[in-house]
Formats: sequence, structure tokens, C-alpha cells
Amino acid sequence: MHASLPDVDPLIARLADAIAPTLTPDTVIVGIHTGGVWVAERLHAILHCALPLGMLDISFYRDDFSRIGLHPQVKPSNLPFDLEGRDILLVDDVLHSGRTVRAAMNELFDYGRPASIRLAVLVDRGGHELPIRPDFTGLALDVPAHQNVNLSRLDDGHLTLTLA
Amino acid sequence: MNLQLTEDGRLRHLLTLDGLPRAILTQILDTAESFMDVGEREVKKVPLLRGKSIFNLFFEPSTRTRTTFEIAAKRLSADVVNLNIATSSQTKGEAILDTVDNLAAMHADMFIVRHAQSGAAHFIARHVAPHISVVNAGDGRHAHPTQGLLDMFTIRRFKGEFHNLTVAIVGDVLHSRVARSQIHALTTLGVPEVRVIGPKTLLPTGVEQMGVKVFHDMEAGLAGCDVIIMLRLQNERMKGALLPSAQEYFKFFGLTPEKLALARPDAIVMHPGPMNRGVEIDSEVADGPQSVILPQVTYGIAVRMAVMALLAGTGNA
Repeated sequence: MHASLPDVDPLIARLADAIAPTLTPDTVIVGIHTGGVWVAERLHAILHCALPLGMLDISFYRDDFSRIGLHPQVKPSNLPFDLEGRDILLVDDVLHSGRTVRAAMNELFDYGRPASIRLAVLVDRGGHELPIRPDFTGLALDVPAHQNVNLSRLDDGHLTLTLA
Repeated sequence: MNLQLTEDGRLRHLLTLDGLPRAILTQILDTAESFMDVGEREVKKVPLLRGKSIFNLFFEPSTRTRTTFEIAAKRLSADVVNLNIATSSQTKGEAILDTVDNLAAMHADMFIVRHAQSGAAHFIARHVAPHISVVNAGDGRHAHPTQGLLDMFTIRRFKGEFHNLTVAIVGDVLHSRVARSQIHALTTLGVPEVRVIGPKTLLPTGVEQMGVKVFHDMEAGLAGCDVIIMLRLQNERMKGALLPSAQEYFKFFGLTPEKLALARPDAIVMHPGPMNRGVEIDSEVADGPQSVILPQVTYGIAVRMAVMALLAGTGNA
């Protein structure tokens, strides 16, 4: 079953509106590969963030490595700033079990000790398996376990959400 | 059957670069690239191999290779045990397998093997249980695949591509497992011209069949090269009948600034170490601006991390 989901741009605009009043001069935006980076790029532009955008590939921190092995295309993490004392806004496209966010937090702490971490997700689809909840949510859904919410990017940069 | 690959084509052991598909070589190099920044972070570790036990089985002494394997395993959070096992000429295969069985009974997940005998790592790989991976860290004159891979990684970092390069390997190719691994990797990755340069006594007969051009004159061989790989000359070659003297060798095949000037101006100089300064390479070149010998050592850690991470991921699937 394919169901139509809302347009992505208004969701990102809503996220940006909610995040804007909470920004500090020490806030850095960090997207999780791959979809989270797309959303983070948009937020970074809308919010005119002074500090560069960070990117995390959490492949080396996944808790299912011993079952499924290394992801075939690991991208280097890129955090072009000192994390020490920063307020981190961690961005992902879809929050499901919470395991990706846990892995991302573990990786962030290996770069330094941030002052705070907050989580922004485009879609919170439910089905959490860990005590991890977003601070900012574009869209909250209750999606059955057998279905997936996916964010994809077209060649022109347009983002779309699908439920399959 | 290819001992190194699983039925679905993933890396199972790393024993030789001979016959490994280009896709696997590229996958290892790409994965190594993503490990590069781990060494520069505050915490120089990722938790990928937490709880895994890796045994460095060194039947032949080597400080640097063993150390870089150890650092690589530790950066992946594995537990590492180093065993330097003195071997006599009487040591039989059975004794090696006894050692391996004992370590397997201690729940080893991976063996890193160096042995003076060609084929030792293959021998162990054929014997171990399916969940255990074996990495060849140098066997006799046969292969030294992680050295070959770190050399490819170094070339890619400095030159970007392989398809437009001329690469020269200079020196004792005959006794060099490193040279063999390099030649296999360079040809698989599509380097159009691989040259070997050395005296007749130190080049294997029929080396042309590996797809290389042979030069006995170093000046001619270096002309137009993008990459120069110097090989270590073992002192014992001088004692045998293969070479007259170190001075004589240096005169004809030592890399001096004058000979280096015959290569392309942006050529890089590599050496697998340890170097014999004044025998195969002049100190001015070894420490000069075109030398990438120390970056090779640093890259060796990321490349070995990549190999171990890919193997550990396959072994448990």
C-alpha cells in the first residue's frame, strides 16, 4: 500500500519556526546520513546558522553490525568544529526505534563533550524501542511496524516522503 | 573455490590480492577513507569490534606491521593478543594447527598471521571454523596484501585516480612479497603501465607475465613515472652471489635526487619500510618533499581497520 504523505517543505518550515527561538550562538546543526543531512541542510539555510553544518555517518556505531555487517557505503563523518560546550541540534529524517539516534549520540561523545543535544526529526513514525523522544517534530504518525516511511531526494533537490 | 570470498562474493579472509575483484579492493579503500578521521578525534576508537578477540600470530618478527595491526584492532575496540612465536626449521604444520586450535578454544574471532613460509595463512584459513577470519600479514615471498592495499590507498590519496598513472617498482622484486601484492593490485585497479626496475639477478624470470614492463636501467625506467616504489634490499642478498656490494647497488639502483629528477616533477616516492638509507634510497630523497613514506605508515592503520571491520562483518553474517 502506498499512501500519500504531506509535502516536505511546509514540514521543514514548521520545524524551523519551532527551532528558531531556541538557537544560541553555540548551536551547531548535525545531520545523520543520508536523509537527516538533507533535512539538516535545509534547516541550516533557513535558520542562517553561522557555524558550519555537521554530518554523521553512524555505520561504525550501529548495534546490529554483528548481524548485518558494515554498510557498503560508509561516508566519513564530518564535524568541522569543536564539540566541546556546544549546543547540538541533531537532525534525522525519520524517528523509528531510536537506535540510530542512540548510535549518533555515542559517536558525538567520541568527538568531545557537548553542553546539550536536542533532537529534531521530520517524521516521528512511532514504534520507539528506546527512551528517546524528539524535541522538535515536523509530523507525528502512528505507522504499523510492517510499513516504512522513506524520505527520498530527486535530482533537482526536491524532497518527498513515501509510506510503503 | 575462492577461499577468500563467501558464496555471495563478500570478503571472508584476506590472504592475497591475486584474484580479488576490483570492487572488493575499492570497497576496502573507500572504507579505509571513512576510518581516516578516527585517529584525529578526541576518542580514537569506534565500537565496531567490541567484544571480539583478535590474535596477532607472528611466526616471523616484525615490529611495525604488528604494531599497526594492533593499533588498528584497538581503534575498532577489539581485544588484541600478540603472540610472537619462535619457529625452528623443524616446526611442522601440525604444530601451527595445534596453536591455532588452542587459540580458537579461547574464542578467537580473527587471526593476523605472519610466517616465513609462503602459504602459511592459506593453510590456517583452510583449517579454521567458519566464524573465524584470517588476515595474511606476510607469508614468505608470496603476499603481503595489507601492505599492497595501503600502497594503493596512498597512491589514490596523492594521485586521485589509477587509470592515468605510470608506476615503477624498484629493487629486489624476486624476494619481495610486497612487490607481488602491489603488482596484482595495480593491474586490478587499472594502472596502464607498471614497471619493474632492477638487476637481472633480483627480478623473477617471467615477471612480464604479470603484466609489467621490465627495465634493467634505472634512468630509462624512471622516465615519466608518477609513482616510484622503492623496495627494501635485504642485507643477506649481498652475502650471496646475487649482488657485488651495497655501494655498487646504490650506484645503479639507489634512488638519488638526480635519478628522481628523471621522473615527473610531481612524482611521489614510496617505501614499505624499514629503509636502508644509502643502499636503496638516499636520505635526501627519503626525507624530501616528494617522499610519502611516513603517510604510508599512518594510512596503514586506516586500511587495516577497514580490512578487519569488513571481515568481522562478514564472519558473523
